[in-house]
Amino acid sequence: MRYRDIQLDENGRLRHFLSIEGLKRQMLMDILDYAENFITVGGRSIKKVPLLRGHTVTNLFFEPSTRTRTTFELAAKRLSADVLNININTSATTKGESLLDMLRNLEAMHCDMFVVRHAQSGAAHFIARHVAPHIRVINAGDGSHAHPTQAMLDMFTIRRHKGEFADLRVAVVGDILHSRVARSQIHALTTLGVHEVRVIGPETLLPQRVEELGVHVYHHLPAGLEGVDVIIMLRLQRERMQGALIPSEREYFELYGLTEEKLAFAKPDVIVMHPGPINRGVEISSEVADGPRSVILEQVSNGIAIRMAIMSMIMGNRFGSEEEEQ
Amino acid sequence: MKIRIHGGRLIDPASGLDEIGTLCVADGRIVAAGESPEPFTADREIDASGLVVCPGLVDLQARLREPGQEHKGTIESETAAAAAGGITTLCCPPDTDPVTDTPAVANLIQELARRAGNTRVLPIGAMTPGLRGEQICEMFILSQSGCVAFSNAERAIVNTEVLRRAMEYAATHDLTLFLRPQDPWLSANGCAHEGAVSTRLGLRGIPGFAETMEVARLLTLAEQTGARIHLGPLSTARAIQMIGRAQYDGLPVSASVSAHHLHLTELDINDFDSRAYLRPPLRTQRDREGLHRGLVRGVIGAICSDHQPHDIDAKLAPFAESEPGATAVETLLPLSLRLADHGVLSLSEVIAALTWRPARILGIPAGTLSPGAAADICIFNPERYWTVAPETLVSQGHNTPLMGWELKGRVTHTLLEGRLVYQLKG
Repeated sequence: MRYRDIQLDENGRLRHFLSIEGLKRQMLMDILDYAENFITVGGRSIKKVPLLRGHTVTNLFFEPSTRTRTTFELAAKRLSADVLNININTSATTKGESLLDMLRNLEAMHCDMFVVRHAQSGAAHFIARHVAPHIRVINAGDGSHAHPTQAMLDMFTIRRHKGEFADLRVAVVGDILHSRVARSQIHALTTLGVHEVRVIGPETLLPQRVEELGVHVYHHLPAGLEGVDVIIMLRLQRERMQGALIPSEREYFELYGLTEEKLAFAKPDVIVMHPGPINRGVEISSEVADGPRSVILEQVSNGIAIRMAIMSMIMGNRFGSEEEEQ
Repeated sequence: MKIRIHGGRLIDPASGLDEIGTLCVADGRIVAAGESPEPFTADREIDASGLVVCPGLVDLQARLREPGQEHKGTIESETAAAAAGGITTLCCPPDTDPVTDTPAVANLIQELARRAGNTRVLPIGAMTPGLRGEQICEMFILSQSGCVAFSNAERAIVNTEVLRRAMEYAATHDLTLFLRPQDPWLSANGCAHEGAVSTRLGLRGIPGFAETMEVARLLTLAEQTGARIHLGPLSTARAIQMIGRAQYDGLPVSASVSAHHLHLTELDINDFDSRAYLRPPLRTQRDREGLHRGLVRGVIGAICSDHQPHDIDAKLAPFAESEPGATAVETLLPLSLRLADHGVLSLSEVIAALTWRPARILGIPAGTLSPGAAADICIFNPERYWTVAPETLVSQGHNTPLMGWELKGRVTHTLLEGRLVYQLKG
């Protein structure tokens, strides 16, 4: 119990944003509601609100990323924060010692928020536990553990298309074993109370006892897609062939690639999501990725609004849009 | 020097002794247990009223970090910690730097231990030079230099032919092998039990069958070669079953478990608490119960500390990047005593698993209060509570998942060959 709720302050408000697990349904709904306020900001000629004026946000990326880093940067800038991007070659800083030293240095530069991506599960928790008390930490992806802002933007996208969560059947397809996105999505979906969450993949890409996360396991794509409202495709890392987890991309696509044909097993109004970047012809065909059921690009724009909402909330801004004027 | 320890509850499982009585020590040996011999004029009296007087603990596995990693611990600092934990004999694995694969290193360790004078230190020699698993070490010469057993430490001997020859060679010369079963492929890069917790936290898992797979290989070879093997520290219920069956079939195989694995589970990792990063990993509640059963049935002979002190930085990293292991010599006894409190074992059985049974595994005449034996004695207050904190630990390492825990049972005196090497202050 020692480390429970490290992301909440003593009043139960968000201090850090590290994982979906441990957050209550109402908290997730508040984030989604709050994010609605920021959707319009991106469409205006002046795309800024002054909520984080005078604050410094540091993007601390120990792993390469283009989209996530860019959307965080845009989100921070649209909140009028100063943004510092630090990309660190992981091989140069494998020691925790230098990681902590780096944090101390950044603290000395009076940063207010760290947005952290790291190849190790638990890295964001580790950083949150060791930063000065006034500093806020957002997890932008840690190892195979969590990617909570991605999950929230996915929930946001689902809600915009489907309204209520309660009756939905959602399928998450592919490499669940290594996916931080999948873990966060599963926690978000079960917390928001969807009717059913399914994971679909070969046994080699499913973690042990994954059903304890509250999901149903399917090994065959057509059966798993039967009657679902939302399909979330996961990226297949090319290096998975080396671990003897799948034989080839060709065979993977044959079994788990999402094609128009497979899509027909789902509900007619199904939406297709993907956290990106897409491997066309590996986990998804171009016809589906670019087709009418795909909301993949919408996910990206929603990512900015969600990240603005979360950054703003953990810096102590609460609900209402009264401050939202330029 | 003559010492009389009076008023204490003497427990010596080796001789079946369990009574309030007097223990007399002269010239580093026990001269009487129970009744005071007449006449016996003691130079020193120790009042052990309300305390338990038992043989000094025999720890089958404790890393002292010297030579090679003195920033984590030294033979002096860690044997002092062991004495504070009531340990009078301990075995240190060969994964020192340099590896304990030559008489020079074995002699160095023993010499430094003698100089420190806190506990008896028995080095475990390497089975293969550099632990590389390619050839076999000069086990006979090393045994002449004080190595009490042989091991490849954490490194599995992948080449089954080398392993077979090492076992045959050890059997030829009647040497004991200490093997820590873990399949290197199934455990590669893993840092937690593969199960619900590793799935939730996205940590690379080590499945339980990484242990049983290797146990099966080792038992098969032991049966073929007749080698006397000791497996541990173990972590899975299934491995205990397999070893129990092998013992029933008459194989000379013994087993040990660390005190941590008898009390903690994968759940203690909580949200990436690197202090609970141990090797073998903490496993499920069912495994823990299986280990308890193994102790009750006698399949597991010994509880060891698996002491692994670290410098502060070693644990200050994201979970998988931190270093595994816990400082443990000082919590070995109180953690083990919980087994008696929880009704798993009797107090005498707990003490047996910490004293004469590990001594028997090693084939050494320690772990008893019988007259004539070396006066290695642990005196503890079974009712005294204490809190695990940096200031209550003697070890240079403060890395323990028990930090902040209140434990029951505290060592008050430790005697090594009749010499008081530790006394609790206050």
